[in-house]
Amino acid sequence: MSTTGYIVLSWVATFAIGGGYALSIVLRGRKLSRAVPPERRRWM
Amino acid sequence: MSTPPNRSGHAPPVASGPESTSSTGTRVLGAAALVGLALSVVYGLFVSPPDAQLGETIRMIYTHVPTVSVAYVAFVVTAVSSAMYLWKRTEFWDLLGASSAEIGVVFFVLTILNGALWGKTTWGVFWRWEPRLTTSAVLLLMYIGYLAVRAVPADTRVRATRCAIVGLVAVVNIPIVHKAVDWWRGLHQGRTVLGTIDPEMGGNQLVAMYLSLATGLVVFVWMLLHRFRVAYLVERAADAGLEEALAERRAERGTPSVEVAP
Repeated sequence: MSTTGYIVLSWVATFAIGGGYALSIVLRGRKLSRAVPPERRRWM
Repeated sequence: MSTPPNRSGHAPPVASGPESTSSTGTRVLGAAALVGLALSVVYGLFVSPPDAQLGETIRMIYTHVPTVSVAYVAFVVTAVSSAMYLWKRTEFWDLLGASSAEIGVVFFVLTILNGALWGKTTWGVFWRWEPRLTTSAVLLLMYIGYLAVRAVPADTRVRATRCAIVGLVAVVNIPIVHKAVDWWRGLHQGRTVLGTIDPEMGGNQLVAMYLSLATGLVVFVWMLLHRFRVAYLVERAADAGLEEALAERRAERGTPSVEVAP
């Protein structure tokens, strides 16, 4: 693989893994919000 | 089914809470992060000129340095939260420390991944057991250990205390990793930010570097807010499940239900 290929791969991996983790947090929060009674969905 | 009106003819207030972990603050931070990420891509990949020494591979610094910086900040937040937990013994500090540790692990994995790709272009190999890389591997293993301790079933206070101790011990590795390039001879280049390279960077290289660093920190704060709220919801869901199980047990025995404090 060329140097450009490694550069592009590092940026793509950073955005894909970071973005995937961010998405998983947001989706998990939405799912849990439905499972917890409304009066307890208050941020400390 | 609609809520029946009370004596005054008005419907009683219905308890409501947020439908997700978002708030006005996280939306503002999220928008700022998206703008920063877009600008970082433009500056990092297109505007920044190649470096005299590093050539085009300088573009990997713009992902490598921000990810390691965020990981360090996350681990320091975990250590401070751990100390605060051992002092105050409140759920807030336990959940904050755990949330920050998980984010730190994700960013440190990205750091090592980016470093391996960079190593391949400059050293010809993805990995060498040289001082900076070896100490980094130990640091990552310690924080994976933190998450493993957290996953061990235990009373919440016992779990929080164990994690706080690991969080305080693990953070000692950060200065060792950071100074490894000064203390021992290895392949890894000197410290980049506030170190040996940044005096030689200039113009749009520095703009790209500090833009990506600032964006990384905004992304971290955004992630930490969401992850903390997820951790808080996990605890409340566990409380609700426990109360339901207690109510079922009481119903089986025929004893009257007792309100359990949250």
